Formats: sequence, C-alpha cells, structure tokens
Amino acid sequence: MMTDEIPGDEPAGPPGGKVKKFMFVNRKAPYGTIYALEGLEVVLISAAFSQDVSMVFLDDGVYELVKGQQTKGIEIKNFSPTYRALDGYDVEKLYVERESLDARGLTEANLIVPVQVLSAMEMGELMQQQDVIIGF
Amino acid sequence: MLHIVNKSPQERSTLESCLRVARPGSALLLIEDAVYAATRGNAAAEKVREAAQALKVYALAPDLEARGMKDAAMSEVTLVDYGGFVDLVAGHAVVQSWL
Amino acid sequence: MKFGLMVSTGPYTHQASDTAFQFAKAALARGHEIQRVFFYHDGVNNATKLTEPPQDDRHIVNRWSKLAAEHKIDLVVCIAAALRRGIKDEVLANGFRISGLGQLVDSGIKADRLVVFGD
Repeated sequence: MMTDEIPGDEPAGPPGGKVKKFMFVNRKAPYGTIYALEGLEVVLISAAFSQDVSMVFLDDGVYELVKGQQTKGIEIKNFSPTYRALDGYDVEKLYVERESLDARGLTEANLIVPVQVLSAMEMGELMQQQDVIIGF
Repeated sequence: MLHIVNKSPQERSTLESCLRVARPGSALLLIEDAVYAATRGNAAAEKVREAAQALKVYALAPDLEARGMKDAAMSEVTLVDYGGFVDLVAGHAVVQSWL
Repeated sequence: MKFGLMVSTGPYTHQASDTAFQFAKAALARGHEIQRVFFYHDGVNNATKLTEPPQDDRHIVNRWSKLAAEHKIDLVVCIAAALRRGIKDEVLANGFRISGLGQLVDSGIKADRLVVFGD
C-alpha cells in the first residue's frame, strides 16, 4: 500500500525454494525517527514473497502499537492504522514482549491490534528459531 | 545464535535489552560504541561479566583500539578482528543486530 | 558462504557503513561471497557521487564502488527510501543501482546470512 510496485522486482520465494523464517524486530518509537514506518514498508513487501513472517515489538517499539495516535499537530502521516491492515497481507504473527509493556505502563488493552505477549525468555527462544532477523 | 550490539551501554539500553532476551549458549559481539561495555571499570562491566557466564562474549578489537581502550578490555571478553567477525557470523545460523 | 548485507545509516555520521565495508572486505578475503549490499533508511546516502569528503579522509562512496567493481557486488539502493531523500539515478555513483525493497527480502532468501549494519 505505501510502497511503489517496481517492475522486475518479482518475488523470489516459493514455489520450489525453501520457506525461510523472517523476523522483523521493531525497537523504536514512531515519529521521532522514520525506522518504524520504513520497517513496516519492508514487512508489507515481504508478504509478497510467501515467507514465514513475524513481527516483534520490543522496548520503545511497543509504542508503535499504541491506540489513539493523532498526528495532525505534527503534520506527519499517522501510519498506525497500517498495523491493523497487516492481517490482510497474511502477516499474522505479531509478538510483543511483556517486560517492554510493563516498563512503559502499557497493557494489551492499549494496543491497536491483537498481539501475542511473550516473556523475554520466550522471545529469545523464538529468535533462535529464525533464519533471517532484520531490526529497525 | 549471534547477537550484535553497537551502542555504548551508558548512552542507550540496547545491551541491557539484548542481555534480557539472549538465551544461554548464545554469542554476543560488541562492536562500534558497544566496545566500551567490554572495558574494565565501566558501569556495565559487572553485567557483562555476569553475562559472560552464560554467553560467549566477543568485542571487535579494531574498535577498542580506535577508541584507546584495547588495554582496558576485560579478560572475560574475547577480542576478534574483522575476519573473526566474519567467522562468528558464518558460524552461527541466526544473527541479530540490535539496532 | 553467501552474505547479504544491509546498511541503514548514511556515511560519516555513523560508523555503520564503515563497519559494513570492513566486514565485506574481510569476508571476501576469507573466500566468501557478498551476494548484495542493500542500502535502506538514510543508508541510501552512501550512493551519491556528489559526496566530497576532505582529501585526508576515506571516500566511503568511492570505496563501495571500487569494491563492487572488483568483486562484482550488487549494490542496491531502496527506491522508496532514496526518492524520499533526493537520491535518484542521476546522482548514483558507479556500481549502485536503484531497485525495490523486494531486493532486501530476496537477499534474505538467497544469502546464507543477512547481516544488518545501522544505528
């Protein structure tokens, strides 16, 4: 939705090839830097490659998912509704670290999308099972 | 799994987050400003020493040297050059840069 | 082994582009292949030929161009990130090409390891 279609940029994913586990790690808050937005753009593109994609929100990355973002005053596009659209791109594995929520006074109820909350230990285990980890 | 950290522990909490999540048996490579975490007497030294019991901890020697801190490297940390960095990446199936 | 690299910071401000370059050089010296270097976020600024560092400093852009020419490395600049930051075909240094984000995912699929260098 936000990224242009590029000719000659066809997905190299299956059939034939092995499906790899891609994990996108979001550790930065939105708006202060562009990482959250451009990270999301990679995730949306990756959906076209038929890989096993998961998105992880750690540390300030959990702020990306907070409900009620109103960006009119800063004149930067509010991209938080895009997280709700991920489902339509078959990106369904969203993981949030419990310790990161706790440290920010947040709970699942504050988040814009349904997520799976994992402990730091569970998050570490999940990371070890990946093939490719890209952090923003 | 190999975890790569590049931030000074006194400027950002990246190292702390990495140590919270990294599972025992993993490797940790400190590069760029994160090499300060591998020096004796820094505020994170105790944390790194503790982590070194469960993780294999490495630091990039050229980054320590550049910063005048090579002689201050803790004995618990193994120094590697860029070739050693490549070997660590090649030797671990999963690699994460903690940005 | 095939390595894919991603560089997500501009040159000079942050060390990441230097570290990525040193990593690439060391990997090649060990007989590995650099399958692609993908420049994303402010990393797209590594690709402009308008870069003119002082004489006594390293030339980060030319260094990438030279390495790419010597070892046939695919240097890809993300189009969406590039256009946002004023990086277009007409300012690209030798060896760089502009393409889509799919090239990053493709690198993750094709390379044995994808290593990210950034801030």
